[in-house]
Amino acid sequence: MVETLSNLAVGFSVALSPPVLLYAFVGCVVGTLVGVLPGVGPLAGISLLLPATFGLDATRAIVMLAGIYYGAMYGGSTTSILMRIPGEAASVMTCIDGYAMARKGRAGAALAIAAVGSYVAGTVSVIALMFLAPPLAAFALRFGPPEYFALLLLGLLVLAYMSAGSMLKALAMAALGLLLGMIGIDQMTGYFRFAYGVVELGDGIGVVPVAVGLFGLAEILATAGQPTPPEIIKPRLRELLPSRREWRESASPIGRGTVLGFVIGIIPGSAHIISSFVSYAVERRLSRRPEEFGKGAVAGVSGPESANNAATSGAFVPMLALGVPSGPIPAVMLAAMMVHGVSPGPLLIKNQPELFWGFIASMYVGNLVLLVLNLPLVGLFVNLLRVPYPILYPSILMFCILGVYAVNGSVVDVWIMLAMGGLGYLLRKLEFETAPIVLGVILAPMLEMALRQSLAMSDGQYGIFLGRPISATLLAVGLVLVLLSLKPLITKSLDWRARLAMAEKGENLP
Amino acid sequence: MLTTDRVAGGALVLVALLVVWESRKLPLGSFRTPGPAYMPIVLAAILLVFGALLAITGGRAALVASVGWAEWRHAVAIVLVCTFAAVALERLGYRVTVAVALAFLLGVVERKGLVFTVAFSLVLAIGSFLLFDTLLRVPLPRGLFGL
Repeated sequence: MVETLSNLAVGFSVALSPPVLLYAFVGCVVGTLVGVLPGVGPLAGISLLLPATFGLDATRAIVMLAGIYYGAMYGGSTTSILMRIPGEAASVMTCIDGYAMARKGRAGAALAIAAVGSYVAGTVSVIALMFLAPPLAAFALRFGPPEYFALLLLGLLVLAYMSAGSMLKALAMAALGLLLGMIGIDQMTGYFRFAYGVVELGDGIGVVPVAVGLFGLAEILATAGQPTPPEIIKPRLRELLPSRREWRESASPIGRGTVLGFVIGIIPGSAHIISSFVSYAVERRLSRRPEEFGKGAVAGVSGPESANNAATSGAFVPMLALGVPSGPIPAVMLAAMMVHGVSPGPLLIKNQPELFWGFIASMYVGNLVLLVLNLPLVGLFVNLLRVPYPILYPSILMFCILGVYAVNGSVVDVWIMLAMGGLGYLLRKLEFETAPIVLGVILAPMLEMALRQSLAMSDGQYGIFLGRPISATLLAVGLVLVLLSLKPLITKSLDWRARLAMAEKGENLP
Repeated sequence: MLTTDRVAGGALVLVALLVVWESRKLPLGSFRTPGPAYMPIVLAAILLVFGALLAITGGRAALVASVGWAEWRHAVAIVLVCTFAAVALERLGYRVTVAVALAFLLGVVERKGLVFTVAFSLVLAIGSFLLFDTLLRVPLPRGLFGL
């Protein structure tokens, strides 16, 4: 405890230095914009702005990118409440009661509750991250290749299990992502695989063009020809203060959403979306007036918004402590850290304590910045939405091209983005989730290396995965998940994943 | 009936078969000591199984005919612009490529006024170059003419 606090003091000395503070602020502002603008989610936002951090040292770069990440989570609620359009996917549940509150003239109160809930959840979950990551990293020092192989495999299975809709489809997408991750030089033998003479493919296909293509370009392709967004409900500043009853009704959902969001954030999967969905379902189940949900229930805003912000910090736990991303956004963050010469994993906290603790402290500061920034400036952010989409999307497209090109200074990445954009567009039409592809691309080289190293250790015996307690446990958990996913086929009932898929499509839940 | 799951399942099976075919050029290794082709083939086999299962069980999915393609004209235009950008970026330079691409999207696809189209395209192309290349020192291509 004392050691943690003294480390945190070191972190604050880094985070409160003017340059780091400035980059945290810039990250939060940009993240809020990314969250407010429909079509530019945190994943595409972080990917696009990665090149802008090349001139910075690692600490400032990571602090700024993390600011974009949680800033987007804050910003996403604005369009959900005022327009019924989720700025990013995790705000889907906020659309339901947030917009209903706005139509009743309580838009300001809904925004304030979302912001305060996000702040509380963000801050509490950073405290949890601070205490959980170091012991987990110490534990992970016992991991060898078999444990990492089992962990990575479990990560993919959990991601598939936690995805909305069919697990079969999610697993197929994960397999496709893993296959894409096979492109490039085989690390153990030096053979070029599926590169067809393109030298730039030697290092494999980058996660940034894949992420921008699947999430940024595919979104533009699908939405550019759509009708313009509906009218925006503009709140007045004096309406921002919620009533005493609204505060009272939101307190417990914020607490529950924080705990749920953090725990779900640690588990691989599209944590933000799932956490907000689970929080909404829990609040409706616990409410004394469940009939109010869908008609402007305060708990329907405060719970999900707290949960998706807490999930942000939760997702950093496996990434920082184990070096294993739990979803596509942490995967891009991991790639960004590697670009800056930082290797997340068990040794990060030991070898680069000023970076780790500076990052943790900057999250406290960032959450405060977002609270102070978001409420008074909500009108300004809303004005961005007045820019017609036919002008907005060409600008976003140009930034996609710029961002993807600038990472490696290679046109090949632009071609990859284009191919992934086309693939993502078609997969959307066919109702497939694309997040497992991104995770597959980044996990493929790690997974293959862990498998081959394990077999080298055991002289080709696959029993090594079952003979070591940690890897055997992880594989057993994976098997349980596969069996659980088969349950709805036997009982012929809707499980929570089917319900989540329906909610994301805007269909009424039974 | 042709459903979305059946089409997707069939496409995944084709991708898997393509990977198996292309992997024949690489050493497979053995079950105990996998070679460079081992993992791709294992993954392709898994993809093949998933694709086949989707195609078999996908009868209740949405019909392909019910999928809306209302935005296809915009989508084609955007793909063309991206193709142009990939071809021209290093030949014409960032500023010219972006200005031309934006002018096409705004002026031709979205039918905005000439003055607005030209002004917006130039401001965004030059402004983003100044921000990223000059201020943030992210090197952007200048092309054959140094633009």
